[in-house]
Amino acid sequence: MDQTIVLLIAIANNIALLTLISLGLAIIFGMMRVINFAHGEFIMLGGYATVLSANHGINLWIAMLVVAPLTVGLIGFVVERLIIRPLYGQIITTMLATWGLSIFLIGAVTTIFGNTVLGVSAPLGNITIGVYSVSIYQLVLIAITAALVGACLFVLNRTRWGLIARGTVQNPTMASAIGIDPTRVYAMTFMAGAALSGLAGGLLAPLSGVIPQMGAAYIARAFVTVISGGSAMVIGTLSAAGILGPTVAILSYAATPVIGEAALLLLAIGLLRVLPRGISGLWQGGR
Amino acid sequence: MERLKSYAFVLPILLLAAIGPSVFEMFGLVQISNFATMALAVLGLAFVWGFLGVLSLGHAAFFGLGAYAYAITVINLNESSFAVMAAIAVPALFSVVLGYFLFFGRVSDVYLGVITLCVTLVLYNFTSATADPSYHIGAAPLGGFNGITAVPQLNWPGDAEQFLEVETTFRICLIVLALVYAALVALRRSSVGRIMVAVRESELRSELLGYDVRLYKMLGFSVSAAVAGLAGALFTAVNGYVGPSAFDLNQASQFLLWVIAGGLGGLAGPVIASFVFQYVSTYLGTSGVNTDLVFGAIIMLFVLLKVRERVPALWGRVLQFRRPARRVQAFTPSARAVESGE
Amino acid sequence: MTAILETRGLTRRFGGVVAVDQINLTVNEGELRCLIGPNGAGKSTLFKCLTHQLKPSSGEIRFNGRDLKGLAPHRIARMGVAIKNQIPSVYGGLSVRENIWLAARRTHYGRALDTTVAKALTEIGFETAERTAAKVDALSHAHRQWMELGMLLVSEPKLALLDEPTAGMTRDEMLKTVRIIQKLNQTSTIIVVEHDLEFISLLAKRVTVLHRGRVLVEDTMDKVAQNPAVRQIYLGSQWQPPTSVPVQ
Ligand SMILES: Nc1ncnc2c1ncn2[C@@H]1O[C@H](COP(=O)(O)OP(=O)(O)OP(=O)(O)O)[C@@H](O)[C@H]1O
Ligand SMILES: [Mg+2]
Repeated sequence: MDQTIVLLIAIANNIALLTLISLGLAIIFGMMRVINFAHGEFIMLGGYATVLSANHGINLWIAMLVVAPLTVGLIGFVVERLIIRPLYGQIITTMLATWGLSIFLIGAVTTIFGNTVLGVSAPLGNITIGVYSVSIYQLVLIAITAALVGACLFVLNRTRWGLIARGTVQNPTMASAIGIDPTRVYAMTFMAGAALSGLAGGLLAPLSGVIPQMGAAYIARAFVTVISGGSAMVIGTLSAAGILGPTVAILSYAATPVIGEAALLLLAIGLLRVLPRGISGLWQGGR
Repeated sequence: MERLKSYAFVLPILLLAAIGPSVFEMFGLVQISNFATMALAVLGLAFVWGFLGVLSLGHAAFFGLGAYAYAITVINLNESSFAVMAAIAVPALFSVVLGYFLFFGRVSDVYLGVITLCVTLVLYNFTSATADPSYHIGAAPLGGFNGITAVPQLNWPGDAEQFLEVETTFRICLIVLALVYAALVALRRSSVGRIMVAVRESELRSELLGYDVRLYKMLGFSVSAAVAGLAGALFTAVNGYVGPSAFDLNQASQFLLWVIAGGLGGLAGPVIASFVFQYVSTYLGTSGVNTDLVFGAIIMLFVLLKVRERVPALWGRVLQFRRPARRVQAFTPSARAVESGE
Repeated sequence: MTAILETRGLTRRFGGVVAVDQINLTVNEGELRCLIGPNGAGKSTLFKCLTHQLKPSSGEIRFNGRDLKGLAPHRIARMGVAIKNQIPSVYGGLSVRENIWLAARRTHYGRALDTTVAKALTEIGFETAERTAAKVDALSHAHRQWMELGMLLVSEPKLALLDEPTAGMTRDEMLKTVRIIQKLNQTSTIIVVEHDLEFISLLAKRVTVLHRGRVLVEDTMDKVAQNPAVRQIYLGSQWQPPTSVPVQ
């Protein structure tokens, strides 16, 4: 019984983790058709923002929930202006440019902060379930992720801003005809996506610590989740995480995390063989 | 005449192979052998990306698989000839399986790049996590993050006791580079090669003419994997070591950078670029500057400049071998991917 | 006369739009059929379904008596169905000769390949070496269309589908295109989509009119031009069928 509860928590945790690390990437990809290879580094920068500000006396929660997304959002703003905008519409080229950015950011952070692990301790302590001990912070992470998904859905579907954004994605020409500046919408979108990645990095920093190369630990999973999800950003990502998360959780539990990750990739490749446009393809039709 | 000209690049390589041992010290020979194995690896990527329009971000995966396959086989058999064959076969087979899912699943170019990259990352994480002695294949321990050390060098075929001297290994690396270069040029000039270029130009038209686009892509993908595997084997033989770093992102970025800088659509350009950048990289390494910082900036710069078509003017004059970039969407050879927006 | 192409209940939907709606079409071997209809009638979509560039939503396509269901586009091409899409689809970065070579390569080998390519280049009016070496991107619109027709010609299809082969051409250019198509018709069955009436009257014996994804009428050009329903749907659009068909 206790074991079942712990396994269920582990599953929920994996779903939440996949969703959290993928959301920013998914929004940028879904709205702008931009594959951001520097996504892992955005997470890394969010982590650094959190750890550094927390170590300078800022409250950890504020560091995670405010400083990290704000910092990375601003970085996203600059990146969009310098790299994304000049290449807009050129998918492969953008991919290569963000790849360069990713390497550059790793180099920059290594040069400034050194190649060592920095960390903050996880807040909130543990609870025990039978003989097992579960970190409360992990449970909070699940709740925060759920709230984030809800917020994203709300903003996209229920607000004026979301309507403008979705309209622009559907038809940029039409949007500019009715007085919306698509360039601004894309800039805002990229910023929002970057901020979400930064937030993810901030929230994960207490669990793993930060190091310049940490992005690589997340991007495989994030990419796999996003492409399995397909073009329906939030729902697609959530359903992909819902399928892939439990698989990883169970396999990591039964074997090792590396096997879990390999299985994740195999599952995604198999899934794409059946649904080349990802899970969203199920309800969006096409050739 | 024109035909001979397209093979001309083998001459400087062979010349280097001939005079190298009398010009360079031992250290220089080993270093150039290293450069040559990397140049060999990048030929595979330059081929599949430049001629077929398939951007494989996981080229390092095939290189690493070849490197590990060589190390494991040679440790178990104490004979390098068969190990080299294994290093070609393993990545080639792996690419066929992967290619089946990617090309026959009609996965878009973007997804192809992402998945090949993820494969590399997973292999990196996997090999890094094999430190436990229980991870071994035959007599070869995988060694986790530290990799496999003390891998035997190349030996004379059939005579496992007689290892090749540094000079001979050096010559073999360069001659293999020249041979593979010539083979890829010949492939490019053959009917199959012309159809591959056609696939790059327009998948739709090729398909409507009756060509099985998926098959040609898979074929090209496997050729590139085999070349990368061979390069991995030579690399391991030269260094006596292979580790997870063969799969890491730096490795993958280096290959990309060399093709971008050397010119997409050519073969000689990327080889030259690989030599230049490897030299720069060792220089930076000794001067304490962070190479990631520099190479990341260079990649961004090249991509941004190339899109504005400034690069051919700057760079094309230096590298006469290279055909000038033909269109603005320099890195998107497949028009269909652009149209469908995926 | 045997039917080379038959469709039964062929349908293709895009979301709520039924672009091709329950089409039953029979084309006989050796025929030159014209397909007309106002913009958005579903002509191009029908062609794309026939070559499986688009997957039909339902219905059946039989080519030479064989059901095409589930075949990849290149398999259909290999059975002898060639298509010129409405949007030109050629190898823009390659030379004219290379384009033609690639089209001929599937059906010709060795010396026959070279002679076929040379012959086709002459037939479509690209004789000089300078012209055959030109990149297709640099060609004029009409020349690009002819080159694409040349690609069809050398692939020696059993059935050629031509979607608006004279769009944007002057009258003289159109007349040259008519000659190329007549040449192609000596060996191939052809279905051609066109808006140009003169072109149609020069070429076609039978005309099929498509409207809102359905076959409205199928008859000779004269009869079609007199048909009140046809006149009705074209009323107000830029294409007005004249009372008498111009004769060359
Ligand atoms: N890829 C697509 N997605 C959605 N709707 C489409 C698509 N292609 C065609 N349609 C719709 O299907 C209908 C038929 O289009 P089609 O291009 O077949 O017409 P057509 O007869 O060729 O017209 P034209 O004379 O303008 O070429 C139109 O309403 C069009 O908007
Ligand atoms: Mg049309």
